[in-house]
Amino acid sequence: MDNRFPICQELCRQFGEAPFIFQDTRDDFPTVWVDPGQALDVLRYLKSGVERPYRMLYDLSAIDERLRKHRPAVPQGDFTLAYHLLSFERNEDIRIKVALTESSKMPSATGIWPAANWYEREAWDMFGIEFAGHPHLRRILMPPTWQGHPLRKDHPARATEMGPFTLPVAKERAEQEALRFHPEEWGMTRSSDSTDFMFLNMGPNHPSVHGVFRIALELDGEEIVDAVPDIGYHHRGAEKMAERQTWHTYIPYTDRIDYLGGVMNNLPYVLAVEKLAGIEVPERVKTIRVMLAELFRIASHLVFYGTMAQDVGALSPVFFMFTDRERVFDIVEAVCGGRMHPEWFRIGGVAQDLPRGWDGLVREFLDYLPPRLDEYDKLVMQNAIFKGRTQGVGCYGTEEAIEWGVTGAGLRATGMDWDFRKKRPYSGYEQFEFDIPIGRRGDCYDRCAVRVEEMRQSLRIVRQCLENMPAGPYKADHPLTTPPLKERTMHDIETLIAHFLGVSWGPVIPPGEAFVGIEATKGSNGYTLISDGSTAPYRVRIRTPSFPHLQMIPLLSRGAMVPDLVAILGSIDFVMADVDR
Amino acid sequence: MSESAHAWLNIAGILFAVLALSALLIWLERRLIGLWQDRYGPNRVGPFGLLQVVADMIKIFAKEDWVPPFADKAVFVLAPAVIVLVTLMAFAVVPIAPGIGVADMNIGLLFFLAMSSLSVYSVVLAGWASNNKYALLGGMRAAAQMLSYEVFMGLSLMGIVMLAGSFNLREVVESQRDGWYVVPQFIGFVVFVIAGIAETRRLPFDLPEAEAELVAGFHTEYSGLKFGLFFVGEYIGLILISAMIVTLFFGGWLGDGLPPLAWFCLKTFAFICFFILLRAALPRPRYDQLMDYGWKAMLPLVLLNLAVTGAVVLAGRMPP
Repeated sequence: MDNRFPICQELCRQFGEAPFIFQDTRDDFPTVWVDPGQALDVLRYLKSGVERPYRMLYDLSAIDERLRKHRPAVPQGDFTLAYHLLSFERNEDIRIKVALTESSKMPSATGIWPAANWYEREAWDMFGIEFAGHPHLRRILMPPTWQGHPLRKDHPARATEMGPFTLPVAKERAEQEALRFHPEEWGMTRSSDSTDFMFLNMGPNHPSVHGVFRIALELDGEEIVDAVPDIGYHHRGAEKMAERQTWHTYIPYTDRIDYLGGVMNNLPYVLAVEKLAGIEVPERVKTIRVMLAELFRIASHLVFYGTMAQDVGALSPVFFMFTDRERVFDIVEAVCGGRMHPEWFRIGGVAQDLPRGWDGLVREFLDYLPPRLDEYDKLVMQNAIFKGRTQGVGCYGTEEAIEWGVTGAGLRATGMDWDFRKKRPYSGYEQFEFDIPIGRRGDCYDRCAVRVEEMRQSLRIVRQCLENMPAGPYKADHPLTTPPLKERTMHDIETLIAHFLGVSWGPVIPPGEAFVGIEATKGSNGYTLISDGSTAPYRVRIRTPSFPHLQMIPLLSRGAMVPDLVAILGSIDFVMADVDR
Repeated sequence: MSESAHAWLNIAGILFAVLALSALLIWLERRLIGLWQDRYGPNRVGPFGLLQVVADMIKIFAKEDWVPPFADKAVFVLAPAVIVLVTLMAFAVVPIAPGIGVADMNIGLLFFLAMSSLSVYSVVLAGWASNNKYALLGGMRAAAQMLSYEVFMGLSLMGIVMLAGSFNLREVVESQRDGWYVVPQFIGFVVFVIAGIAETRRLPFDLPEAEAELVAGFHTEYSGLKFGLFFVGEYIGLILISAMIVTLFFGGWLGDGLPPLAWFCLKTFAFICFFILLRAALPRPRYDQLMDYGWKAMLPLVLLNLAVTGAVVLAGRMPP
């Protein structure tokens, strides 16, 4: 038993010691193996029975264990299901794992958390794990006609392994027919006693669904009776790709998960790899990372701000805000060379040191943006029509938010001051002074207001980075730092060989499991990495904030009007790449 | 010059001027909005990008004239013609300057109101005939919005009719020699401007179109020249409303120092720019908020205005 965590004793007191096996991971929280038959009882106890409960289902995913070489002393199965729970009262996580064989069924957790719905569909879609009692166990990311389960180790990862692709007319028709929306399948009726409903396809190409996202709406006039979101159009198999890339060459893929977040995506990944490898990075690296991540938070929030205003019909703000975002990109470009996807963080450091003159650029921007933000307050936030469109629209409370796995500004808008930068400081955030803006009503307006204030707080953080940038190396002196420091490579053969291997094969990360979650632009983004002692990850699980946020849409839109839905979508602030991965 | 030649010259001249202006407005709007949005707008084709309009026109004329197979063909084709036709008809009664203007009718104001009401048919029919759900929603919004705003539009002008004692637009202008009606009829002016934007379906009252919600609303299925007609119809409507505001509230062609025609054009131009600025500055209210605003705020306001104006006029006529 793991004595570091009181929850382990509490579990044993409740259920006896027999059913539990405690796995040692590199995380700061317990991983507990449970028998499949007892898992739901344990989960239910953790959610509502235990003192200071684990109220949020933070993540739920699976692992295909069949090709694993380094297996810890835990129950052996073909697949593992991992439930990642979060307790706000304890400020602690717990991971509940269940071993399954290829033929075994798992009882569905949708009765405990509504948020489990999409996660279980994803696990079924990707691994073929069946959940007994799930209301709509069907594909969620892959097309309905897909054969096989992509994240299984025996499913090909490259198109070249799958034979040439053809699309004859008959197949094209069949594929299109498979996308047709059948209301009956979702328990909807085509008419009520008094009226016939109209079913409206919003998306996958629609101006205000922010990417390729489809919502099937059941309408009574312009009032939304029910909605069924349909995702997966932006699915690129980022988790599958990780299994064929090296630890180092996977970094560029992370940039493209939340494509407005830039290096913010690198951060949880490299932090998790560093945790597995045991790398401590120098202070200068931490501060550079924080500065760039906060600049990208500003850039992402500016896009949100402009498109939110555009969604409620204001044409101009988006131009102003994109212009400001260019200023951020000017700095990013000077430092990294890239703009939206700089791929700048490295395992154990950053790619290069800051260029000469970076401080001037940053200082100029810090003076430039605040007056602009004040102006936008008048243009957008104080506008009566904007208020009318967003206040009291798309409301949810803290309880609901936790139930559905909402993090980030969506959670803070309900009045809960939960920010991972403050609650679980990473990368040196504990050294910075900043406030956590919160809302009150949890409506579209508050979500917007929270983000606007967050930009000001990010500016504060960037200013502190500017004024206190520590001197020192931009890479950790560690054998697994990639690419390694090069000073001595031409002087002794050992360093040269180590460098050569690190650059050509990539680093070999010691076997183990680690999770790191950060406060990303749109909520909490977390990477769970499993290393099997190879140059490539065995499994990369990307927990993105937008995925659970979108799952809430039917709840928020029932009874609202079509324009309200547009405001709700805007205020959630999602990008489809972040949802589908 | 014979009288009929004069009339024909007037008709041809005004028709040409209005059509040319509405085309030019496309360029003007894009440049002005560009200016207000920190960007250039079209500035490549010809001097200041002026020939952009010509290029756009060539493009629109060259587009395939396509009718969706699921549409109601006859109505689908008719709808865009209606809007251009009725807005141009309404122009007939606008008194541009002494001696310039197509028709001088005793019921000019009523004719204008009637014609501008008819334009709603264009939008509703387009939405209905497209046989597209987004277009249908747009058409329904248009019907509700334009019918309700029609009511205040008419009522907001009755104060002027009382003051001028006539429906004849030339007499309305002449009676403003002592002072523009915008002062005594300020409430009427505000309501008329708001109703006017609603009539022309421009932001913040572009709900039938609402591209963030309804893709392109009632003209989702339209392309090529038919789409172009809706476009031109909107701009003619914009000129018409600006011209009517000037005629009714700002003394029409009256003014010192410049020829009457110049005064009229200058004032109208100012209002056109104002409408374009509105589009750059405001978000869009929700459909039900728009209706609430109309029936619960505008209607009482305009009725109050009517009652007060009536009382004042009556008091002025009473023998001392």
